[in-house]
Amino acid sequence: MGIANSVLEAVRTEMSRYPGSYPCKVGVRIGELAAIDQDALRFCFEAMILETDLESLELGIEVCPRRHRCQVCAREFVVRDYDSRCPQCSSLETTCISGDELELAYLEVEEYGPSTVGAKSTQ
Amino acid sequence: MDRVPLERKVLSENDRVAAELRARFQEHGILCLNLISSPGSGKTSLLERTLETLPRHDRVAVLTGDIQTENDANRLKRFHFPVKQITTGGTCHLDARMIERHLADWKLEDLDLLLIENVGNLVCPSSYDLGEAAKVVVLSVTEGEDKPLKYPSIFFKSDLLVLSKIDLLPYVPFDIDAAAENARKVHPGMEIVKVSCLTGSGLHEWMMWLGARRQAYKSLLQKTAS
Repeated sequence: MGIANSVLEAVRTEMSRYPGSYPCKVGVRIGELAAIDQDALRFCFEAMILETDLESLELGIEVCPRRHRCQVCAREFVVRDYDSRCPQCSSLETTCISGDELELAYLEVEEYGPSTVGAKSTQ
Repeated sequence: MDRVPLERKVLSENDRVAAELRARFQEHGILCLNLISSPGSGKTSLLERTLETLPRHDRVAVLTGDIQTENDANRLKRFHFPVKQITTGGTCHLDARMIERHLADWKLEDLDLLLIENVGNLVCPSSYDLGEAAKVVVLSVTEGEDKPLKYPSIFFKSDLLVLSKIDLLPYVPFDIDAAAENARKVHPGMEIVKVSCLTGSGLHEWMMWLGARRQAYKSLLQKTAS
């Protein structure tokens, strides 16, 4: 719930820079190590926008795999089944370079037009 | 339609407050640890044994988080160190603002060590930075050795795993080696101590780890200052 709220707060803050427009979709990036359940986030998000001015806002979720870089041969690879061994040189000395993201990626905004149904223009 | 790139963290506001706290802790030489586990894994018991062992003049304070009740603070207050309860009133984790608010009337220059007991939950607390120097995850032997695989985030982000309640090992089907192996699958090289707060077994190793961390933190700050 706190995460969904933070996403919505960020959308509102961002939208203050675009008077005359409304947000259609917000994109977030979630790493598989970020401890965020997609369904739970979507559920909270939808519950929080219900009957608000952001009711039509869509949530886009991009899941990022856990990636490691080998400290011996510099190979970058996706970690599957917690096996963090380098597939090239078998070294166990690998460090995590991504997979714990919890980031706002983008916001899609649309200008209010004469044909916009159900939306109030601020201009 | 325009697509505007945002490219910032969802919890950037929490991260900002946490960074301020971290800077204040560094300024006052306070090592801050964030203890995380499922409810009932023994965080409070571990803190009781810790406070009991530390010298009375030690500059230690504890913040303990729960959804309701002052019970944990009452348990910890009898050791005569400053203790404050944070009741979240429903929130399943502590956030940096709560820490900031509850530190307001403590003199940070009087402290060297701040122990934060998070709300019992292996999920959300792993997302919220509290300005700590390290997270410590507690897993009790009654929980199942696959917990690190089911909840990888917190095991990945914690520096130390405390396997607790090991006095119960003869009575529960818990494979302690498999638990350690699972933790190290998620977090290669993770440090692990095995303790029983009831018998005192392993507490020496935990106190050694804590002492070494305090020493290392002090040396690091001295090095950055010079």
